[in-house]
Amino acid sequence: MQFAFTEDQLAINLAAREMLVETCTPASLRLMLKDGRAIDEARWRTICEMGLLGMLVPEAAGGMGLGLTDFIGIAEAAGYVGLPEPLVELAGVTIPLLARLKDNRGLLESALGGNRVALGHPANRFVANADSATALLLGDGEDIHLVERVDATLERQESFDPFRRLFTVQWAPSPATLVAKSWGDSAERGALLAAAQMIGLAQRCIDISVAYAKDRTQFGKPIGSYQAVKHLLANAQVKVEFARPVVHAAAAELPLGTLAARARIAHAKIAAGAAAELAARTAVQVHGAMGMTWEVDVHFFLKRALALGSSWGTAGLHLDTIFERIGTVPTGPDATFASELG
Amino acid sequence: MNLTYTPEQRAFRAEVRAWMEANVPPAPLPSFDLTSEGFEAHRDWERRLNDGRWGMVTWPEELGGRGLDYIRWLIFEEEYYRAGAPTRVNQNGIFLLGPTMMEYGTPEQKARFLPRMAAGDDIWAQAWSEPGAGSDLAGVRATCTRDGDHYMLNGQKIWSSRATFADWAFGLFREPGSERHKGMSLVLFPLDASGVTRRPIQRMDGKLVFAEIFLDNVRVPAADRLGEEGQGWAVCMATAGFERGLLLRSPARYQVGVSRLIALYQVHKHRLPASMGERVAQCWMDAEAYALAIYAMVSKLDRGGKIGPESSTTKIFWSELDIAITSAAMDILGQDAELTGEENDWLDDYVFALAGPIYAGSNEIQRNIIAERMLGLPKA
Repeated sequence: MQFAFTEDQLAINLAAREMLVETCTPASLRLMLKDGRAIDEARWRTICEMGLLGMLVPEAAGGMGLGLTDFIGIAEAAGYVGLPEPLVELAGVTIPLLARLKDNRGLLESALGGNRVALGHPANRFVANADSATALLLGDGEDIHLVERVDATLERQESFDPFRRLFTVQWAPSPATLVAKSWGDSAERGALLAAAQMIGLAQRCIDISVAYAKDRTQFGKPIGSYQAVKHLLANAQVKVEFARPVVHAAAAELPLGTLAARARIAHAKIAAGAAAELAARTAVQVHGAMGMTWEVDVHFFLKRALALGSSWGTAGLHLDTIFERIGTVPTGPDATFASELG
Repeated sequence: MNLTYTPEQRAFRAEVRAWMEANVPPAPLPSFDLTSEGFEAHRDWERRLNDGRWGMVTWPEELGGRGLDYIRWLIFEEEYYRAGAPTRVNQNGIFLLGPTMMEYGTPEQKARFLPRMAAGDDIWAQAWSEPGAGSDLAGVRATCTRDGDHYMLNGQKIWSSRATFADWAFGLFREPGSERHKGMSLVLFPLDASGVTRRPIQRMDGKLVFAEIFLDNVRVPAADRLGEEGQGWAVCMATAGFERGLLLRSPARYQVGVSRLIALYQVHKHRLPASMGERVAQCWMDAEAYALAIYAMVSKLDRGGKIGPESSTTKIFWSELDIAITSAAMDILGQDAELTGEENDWLDDYVFALAGPIYAGSNEIQRNIIAERMLGLPKA
């Protein structure tokens, strides 16, 4: 029993986080918006060169052979910076799925080299970044089809989050496009990594609000010196502190695949969503009227939190898994960890 | 990261479970807050625990412990609560003063006090708050006047849990004329010493859970000061860190409470709205989140880390969780919730939970600490 990251894990996370924080600033996001770009190709090349896309792919298949506990901190960092590029979805869900296919038609190697594959998982209504993908993995019930970009008709759906380029996709499933009969643990991975990003987003909302509350003065003092403001931010931090360990535990337990493990992921999604929602609302409140504006950066993080909150299953859907867990699997102090339960 | 117990940790759990099954009293002991008989029954339980070397499992063996790491301490606590073992009457001693004495005590003090504390021979009360010094603890006015190699203690302390029947207290005093955080000392004194008067305070339900302590020229040896003279504030803050952070409220307590809540919900489910199920599910999630956060904290401690101001987030979380669990139970019970009969075992838990956001530093003070020391916001 060791509920802590290893030195290696911390080092990988730190390297990725430093790169993301350095390159993905709010100023750079604004520049991308001005140019109409949802992908920064230079950063994408860096992500690719650092090997982040292949972290969860077995070494024999050209990846780093690492696990979700190695990657979870990077997903948090991606949330923290409001990363526009689909690093988390690709490295955490799509590419591991490609690696699992009997015949990935050369797409795994292509994706590890930086070509993007879009994901149309049944848990989500829209396909993100379909326009800049070389191919799409699309669901037809539990069946998975691999569809070339040119064989799909895309219709853009405008998102409140300008960096989420969402599409509905029209396509015709055929035996030729069928590549697998099951999504495996993709839905769990998606929910877990959305939760991790929301932890990062929540912390970012708190951090920018703390900076603002130190700087903004009213009645001759920084507003952050007033208890009413302090307590708003402290409450948001408490939410984060008791959601983060759930997300980390869920990363460790996901491979077990049991109901207890799935309930941990559901809990992680619910708790991280609640933390991000509270932190984002708190950020608007602490920034006052400025919090409602385009000029202040709060909206980047609020929009992403809103989008991720309903991606990969809403809180209500995940609550059903919690009910199933507490109704059928033992609870109590000796039933904390999924490894102790069937 | 590895969320699996080792075979040794599993064997340890089995060992604790077997001992608890053989030794935990089949019926609850009478309250330690109502009569000296109830208090002494709990002291006997502490002795029995100590005879099995289960009194303080994290303490070094020469002080009556087993020298275990904190992960094993958590396993011990889980089995302790799972077995429904009695509440630790000496928790102020073993969980607060004990760890502080390990850090600040002289070898003589450790040898003299800690084994007796572990054995339940000395039951301790905390004597910090005063009528004029609650959240603003640096406002204490009780004095320790140096008289050669002794102190004369004078003043009034309040809200001292267990003090009605306890044997010793650890009190916060100041040198006459000193101000605020300076000139304070932490002094240990026997509660039956000449010049000590104890007056129980009735809680809203009539129980004598805390007491006032009046000190009128109480003479104690200067050797019974814990830590350096004038450094009492720093010693107290170390104790307060233990109180908020970890030792006072182990997660197992809430996990057992939530399991009881789930069972209660199952019984009454047919007449309850769906929203009650959501509250129960939220309580379960929060108790699990608390357990995971403590496992993470303990993993850090076992690797040589320290608990910082994040202990204030812990204190807010467990106190609010306790209220969430007990108030959900009260709402499930409906009109039976107000009944005081023995079959309503939730009412006492609910009343106790109401105090959680107040003691060990009110949650408002904890939010200030989080804002100033974790987030770096400026002081008022």
